[in-house]
Amino acid sequence: MSQPLGFPLLSVLIFLPALWAVGVALLPRERHDLIRAVALLGTLAVFGLSLWLWFAFRPEVPGFQFAEQTPWVAGLGISYHVGVDGISLPLVVLTTLLTLLAVLSSWKAIQEEVKTYMVLMLLLETGMLGVFLALDLFLFYVFWESSLIPMALVIGRWGGERRIYAAIKFLLFTLAGSVLMLVAAIVLYLWGGNTSDLPQLLHTLPGRLPFALQAWLFIAFALAFAVKVPLFPLHTWLPAAHVEAPTAGSVILAGVLLKMGAYGYLRFCIPLFPDVLPYAVPWLSILALIGILYGALVALAQEDIKSLVAYSSVAHMGFIILGIFALNPPAMAGAVLQMVNHGLSTGGLFLLVGVLYERLHTRQMRDFGGLWARVPIFGSFFILTALSSAGLPGTNGFVGEFTILLGTFQVNTTYAALATFGIVLAAWYLLTAVRRTLFGPLALTDGRLSDMNAREVVVMLPIVLLFFLIGLFPNLFFERINPAVEALTSPAVVSVTYGEVE
Amino acid sequence: MLDSIWLVIALPVAGVLLNGLLGRHLGRAFVSVVGVGVVGAAFALGAWAMTDLAALPEAQRTFTLPLWDWITVGNLQVPLTLRADALSLWMVLVVSGVGFLIHLYSVGYMQHEDARMFARFFAYLNLFVASMLLLVLADNYLLLYVGWELVGACSYLLIGFWFHKRDEAQAPVTLMDGTQVTLPPNLNPADSGKKAFIVNRIGDFGFALGVFLIWSTFGTLNFDAVFAAAPQAPATVLSAITLLLFMGAVGKSAQLPLAVWLPDAMAGPTPVSALIHAATMVTAGVYMVARSHVLYELAPGSALVVALVGGVTALYAAAIALVQVDLKRILAYSTISQLGYMFVAVGVGAYAAGLFHLTTHAFFKALLFLAAGSVMHALHDVIDIRRMGGLWRKMPLTGLTFLVGALALAGFPLTSGFFSKDEILLKAFQFSPGLWVLGLATALLTAFYTFRALFVAFAGQPRDWPLYEKAHESPGIMTLPLVVLAMAALLGGLLGLPAVLGVPNWTADWLAPVFDTHGLEAKHGVSAATEWLLLGVSAAVALAGIALAYWFYVSRVDIPARLAVALRPAFVFLANKCYLDDLYDAVLVRSGRQLAQLLAQGLDKAAIDGIIDGTARLLARGGAWLTQFEDGHIPHYALGMFVGALLLVVYLVVR
Repeated sequence: MSQPLGFPLLSVLIFLPALWAVGVALLPRERHDLIRAVALLGTLAVFGLSLWLWFAFRPEVPGFQFAEQTPWVAGLGISYHVGVDGISLPLVVLTTLLTLLAVLSSWKAIQEEVKTYMVLMLLLETGMLGVFLALDLFLFYVFWESSLIPMALVIGRWGGERRIYAAIKFLLFTLAGSVLMLVAAIVLYLWGGNTSDLPQLLHTLPGRLPFALQAWLFIAFALAFAVKVPLFPLHTWLPAAHVEAPTAGSVILAGVLLKMGAYGYLRFCIPLFPDVLPYAVPWLSILALIGILYGALVALAQEDIKSLVAYSSVAHMGFIILGIFALNPPAMAGAVLQMVNHGLSTGGLFLLVGVLYERLHTRQMRDFGGLWARVPIFGSFFILTALSSAGLPGTNGFVGEFTILLGTFQVNTTYAALATFGIVLAAWYLLTAVRRTLFGPLALTDGRLSDMNAREVVVMLPIVLLFFLIGLFPNLFFERINPAVEALTSPAVVSVTYGEVE
Repeated sequence: MLDSIWLVIALPVAGVLLNGLLGRHLGRAFVSVVGVGVVGAAFALGAWAMTDLAALPEAQRTFTLPLWDWITVGNLQVPLTLRADALSLWMVLVVSGVGFLIHLYSVGYMQHEDARMFARFFAYLNLFVASMLLLVLADNYLLLYVGWELVGACSYLLIGFWFHKRDEAQAPVTLMDGTQVTLPPNLNPADSGKKAFIVNRIGDFGFALGVFLIWSTFGTLNFDAVFAAAPQAPATVLSAITLLLFMGAVGKSAQLPLAVWLPDAMAGPTPVSALIHAATMVTAGVYMVARSHVLYELAPGSALVVALVGGVTALYAAAIALVQVDLKRILAYSTISQLGYMFVAVGVGAYAAGLFHLTTHAFFKALLFLAAGSVMHALHDVIDIRRMGGLWRKMPLTGLTFLVGALALAGFPLTSGFFSKDEILLKAFQFSPGLWVLGLATALLTAFYTFRALFVAFAGQPRDWPLYEKAHESPGIMTLPLVVLAMAALLGGLLGLPAVLGVPNWTADWLAPVFDTHGLEAKHGVSAATEWLLLGVSAAVALAGIALAYWFYVSRVDIPARLAVALRPAFVFLANKCYLDDLYDAVLVRSGRQLAQLLAQGLDKAAIDGIIDGTARLLARGGAWLTQFEDGHIPHYALGMFVGALLLVVYLVVR
């Protein structure tokens, strides 16, 4: 199934943004609108390519598709190996869509050093796509790290008041995690017979690694991913980064970067170290549950609406991790879908918060109130997005949460019950945000407040349409996700962990 | 027509899209025609479908219509399938029929809203109808749950429709001894909507777990498949499933202990109170239990819980209604109480009786709310009955139709409410005389508080002359639905006449294929004499309640004033809604918020982040301390290397 189109689609997809970044870099520095337009065109082209990939992908074919493999560091057995399956495909499309919307949403918000900003956004896109498509440990590591730096720079340069603190915190947390991952990758490479190729490792490793080593390697990978997700108690970089980041940064951060952690668990931790899973699952599930309940409660206590959305991410990512480690098809496929859902809902919320911030220059909910009467279009989008985030049926959030919870219920009713209680809390903090922002008497004293303009509506429209498309026809996604998830939840893996599950 | 049953949902959805996206540009007339028209069309199609279904032999009266495969993951397969059977089509007609009249009424009632709000209102209302019809037409528990959550979201949006309003204080009650009893303020619409949604989610927490348990037990969520497999399932599992599902019903239908949201839901526009918070949505819990009757029959303990919760809630809410001064809140507590009756019915296995009361209640309670709305329309949103009086003369049609609704609610002989309530009391008596006494006591209170409201608001002399002078009868588009509903409230009893009269009970006969209760009826049958006696007692109780209200509020108005002084603690207790709201506020809401604050400030900011930032600072300081050794003196470096090498050697030797 390699290169059925006659050209390396995945490589083009990954490197087109970087190439485009070079082009943008050559544009005259002061031509802001030209730079924006060219960057937008680039992200649009990449999005178009990813849609092509989406439709060219054949759901019924198992394994990786569009694979490309060429020697990279030939002497060491490291190759450039990329491929796509039903887990990475939705995340690729999510990445290209959100990058496109992020660029469009930065039109007015970013006024300084527009060129550098757009170059960084494009480089970031290459890094993120590489992470989801790499099938070689070191290639994955390189993309992982290369997505880190542009984001840290975006926060540190275009962020809020405490942007430097937030950027360094973000950088140090993630670096600390990825150093562990690098060490683990090297060990795996040595034990795997001098190869870092993931499919090959999956073939050769089983039975080779002593249990203790598996456990250590698992911990190293799991920690790196836990920082990224983030899992309690490694989450404190997230609110700091979100609050300080510019809107587009928050959208990408929540929408895509957090998914890299969850994706890492699916791609590496589960298939590479099956023997460790029975011991690791309770720990990770409980941390996920703490994230769900704790994230929701802390979100409830926030005054800064961006901070509220940031903590809601901790809660939502908890659902995703819980679903992944239920290790059965409904929960795991639900978790993959929920990654997309969270990217859309939380990305949407950050975009909307950005719309308000650009106008009112505050994020404190006490400064809002009664806005629906003044900005009805904004209000409608905000309510819809909040309800999607709260898992309203008919929208995307419901399908993801339901499948995760139902799958989790099969393996542990207590976990499922506690997580289900999390959706009560989700309603509480989300409706509190709606209540304090849109409802009540108008709090504004300043007369000037314009509703969303055409560009802002265009940014939100695809997100809202996808809420309903996924909510009503989730099988468009599930038919692609299912085969990949079923391979991961093969009876061998699950029965070791949970015993025989009906 | 059955093949096209999806249209009854699709039409209101089309209304939502049209009015929601474009409505404010299309003009009121267009919005009204679309908004009202789609619901009317849904009713017509539903009626057509019902005749088609009736033409089939009884055993074949279940029609399923698969639309598309909704969720397919592993062994979880949930198709989007509609189910038209005797029960679901019955509900379709109630929802779309009463819904149509309320939509029509809303055209007049919402006339003062600006174009955007007018269109938004009809978009919401249509969305509600679509969601409610999905709920009753669902063929599996997940789809039922989808409709269930969606009607909740519509309820949330509609309660908070006037989102800018603040809390409204209620004037205190001055007792005869000169002391005052302060009344709790009426919660603002925005918080009321939020409260409704969250309280409902607490119930839905149980419902969702019930759905998960159904799937892990039966491997399917399809109604027929679950019911077919249920007899083989362990009794404890069935008890758990039915209790969890009932938890959802307790939330949705505002039963104890989750009843607190419904009175506050009155902050929404009155047509919403009539449609959602009286006639249809709140009855979804009753429908769900009736739909799941196979499970409840196999779990008699759960069925008993249903009946008891219903019985106790009925009495509790009726007692609170005695002292309310807000006309809509009197009706809201009455709704909670009447829903309690319905749960008594489905709890004791009298499903047809429960559905019959659901139907007559939809008629007369929608009528009462719309009439109350007509009063509010006339009095510029004044809803405190202490400022009314004598309205009969100013708005005769509203007064007359309110009287009809009141008679039906009070169970006045031969009205619809009389027959449906009596059917429940009869079944309760057969089940346990204790439950019957509970129901009878509630009936007495019901007749009393209903006519208290009627006499205070419509009879006697005006208490607020300036207000009275402004009052006027509502326009025809509002009074027409009142008249139609009044006819239904008066004559609806014909749909389910008691067996002792020797005439067919159409409701029970129509629903018999669903509930399969032919055999059960005979088992607990009582003699005709007993049945006549019970009918007589019911009638007497209703008349006694009305007479008592007349005595208290028309002939001897000093008596209630004296009673309030004599029974002051009880009066204060009921006026404060049994302090249930205050209890939840203190125990759940405030402590929840405090915990949130504690976690956010104490644990998250101070402890976790503090430790991390502290470590970072320590490392930074350590780094600074280490730099002093980089002083550029080669001998120092040499010394360092020597010490290091020595330590390494020592380590290697000792190891």
